[in-house]
Amino acid sequence: MASEAKKALLEPLFVNNPIALQILGICSALAVTTQLSVALIMCLALTAVTAFSNLSISLIRNHIPSSIRIIVQMTIIASLVIVVDQVLKAYAYQTSKVLAVFVGLIITNCIVMGRAEAYAMKNPPWPSFLDGIGNGLGYSLILIIVATIRELFGSGTLLGYTILAPVSQGGWYQPNGLMLLAPSAFIIIGLTIWAIRAYYPEQVEEPDFELQDAHQTPVQGGVH
Amino acid sequence: MSLLRRTLDNIYPHVTEGGKYHKFYALYEAVDTIFYSPADVNHGRNHVRDGIDLKRVMIYVWLAAMPTMLMGCYNVGLQANSVMQSMGITEVVGWRGDMLTLFGVGVDPNSVWDNFWHGFWYWFPIYMTVFIVGGFWEVLFASVRGHEINEGFFVTSILFSLIVPASLPLWQAALGISFGIVIGKEVFGGTGKNFLNPALTARAFLYFAYPAQLSGDAVWVAVDGYSSPTALSVAASGGLEALQNAGFTIQQSMTGYIAGSIGETSLIAIGIGALFLLYTKIASWRIMFGVAVGVILTSLMFNAIGSDTNPMFSVTPNWHFAIGGLAFGMVYMATDPVSASMTDWGRFWFGALVGLMTVLIRVVNPAFPEGIMLAILFANLFAPLIDWFVMQANIRRREKRYAKT
Repeated sequence: MASEAKKALLEPLFVNNPIALQILGICSALAVTTQLSVALIMCLALTAVTAFSNLSISLIRNHIPSSIRIIVQMTIIASLVIVVDQVLKAYAYQTSKVLAVFVGLIITNCIVMGRAEAYAMKNPPWPSFLDGIGNGLGYSLILIIVATIRELFGSGTLLGYTILAPVSQGGWYQPNGLMLLAPSAFIIIGLTIWAIRAYYPEQVEEPDFELQDAHQTPVQGGVH
Repeated sequence: MSLLRRTLDNIYPHVTEGGKYHKFYALYEAVDTIFYSPADVNHGRNHVRDGIDLKRVMIYVWLAAMPTMLMGCYNVGLQANSVMQSMGITEVVGWRGDMLTLFGVGVDPNSVWDNFWHGFWYWFPIYMTVFIVGGFWEVLFASVRGHEINEGFFVTSILFSLIVPASLPLWQAALGISFGIVIGKEVFGGTGKNFLNPALTARAFLYFAYPAQLSGDAVWVAVDGYSSPTALSVAASGGLEALQNAGFTIQQSMTGYIAGSIGETSLIAIGIGALFLLYTKIASWRIMFGVAVGVILTSLMFNAIGSDTNPMFSVTPNWHFAIGGLAFGMVYMATDPVSASMTDWGRFWFGALVGLMTVLIRVVNPAFPEGIMLAILFANLFAPLIDWFVMQANIRRREKRYAKT
């Protein structure tokens, strides 16, 4: 059991990462990663929601009628998101204003629904809870990588502290404006996926099309 | 057998499969095929209609860019020297000044020689940076991925060096071309598999990352602290009237004596390049024709609609061609054989889409004064779809002809 729990917790980090392998939850990964502090709050919120929705759904999984299970899951997730949203408004008002609609949109985040449907409906509460934490951490890992790169190169700061002094404040660093735009997150996520798949080649998908090899014989000395 | 051939043959065993330096095979192959024809040639009778290959295509485009380069260098120097004269500056500061003194070149705006060399020392460092950094990525990917080193980056680097402002910092040039070559081309498998034009990808990256160095009024004339608007930004603020009031004429655009990116200003130089590309059939006349039709129709439409608040509505088609990078983009960028449509009819539509989007962005979008860069990248994305529709139409037509059910 211990190894099973460990697997549920650690596998989503690299081997089965929700963003990098399943390509879920991209929307918020683009939207909230211009600042690391905001991204961290978002990670926390999503991890909490995924973990507790998995736990609750797993607890009542044998009593949920199959035909209305999505509605039941949605109700639980939505309630949890409202709780998280209220907590953020109470204790981190500024950040919650920056996150704005994206906390509410956790309801529609495919990772939460996906784990509830794929794991919590079939497994006991404790592994489900760990699975929720694990997937939240997998999501967090990518968000932290993206947010670190975007904030560092886009504004020269990390968590608000100046690391690379920008030219506008008398420093030497020329902030990269592209990093503050959403497309940069796509590119960084793409490069992260490249790195992970270079390390785990089994994640590489089969190509849809096979290019025909051009006729090519190696150059040989002396036949020219 | 020549010394060169013997040397290459001596190296061959080391770089072939199993050799000590097999990693460098791509580099060896590139050098070998520059001097000698490849070994995999046919020896019997064959059906080659034209001996043209990728290498010659690329070299021709590179050659076709030469007039704009020469003209660009001259114009950059002319703009800088004229401004310096009016400001009363007689010496160029920094290493460029040292270079000019070393070769005994002055800064007289009336001297073709002085102007050319002053501009040359702005263009040449950018080109060398781009060439070396771009070449590094090309060789690296060729070695690791095991494909051939491709002459595509000759073209990418010269075109990129011609579509940036002369005052571009060199580190930005290096960063931009790295992005263009790696993200725009190599991650998709190298030349022939890129769906975006790498030079434009590089410029778009810089445009969004460092807008202060790629747009605005301060970057076009290579003199510190002097700002001059381009014809396009004048038009964006005041339309056709403002252009004429500011003293811009079509003749100036023909010769290219206006501020702008290095290679884009002279219509005559671009025209020479275009004629060469069309004569050698490297560039598709269909694409150029499509762009022209797209621009003319869209701008005539805006002329007809008219607007009290947006002065760009009044700019006539001939001015659209005269100002900004439209002509350069149409001749050298939109006709990129890899990222454009492949079918004949597709090329018309592709060009028309570029023309339409260019004018649309120029006229309607307040954020971007120039539209050709984004228009071509946009059309690049649609090129395969356009081809698909053209092929489907062809299939349907043939089915009808043979009355198949």
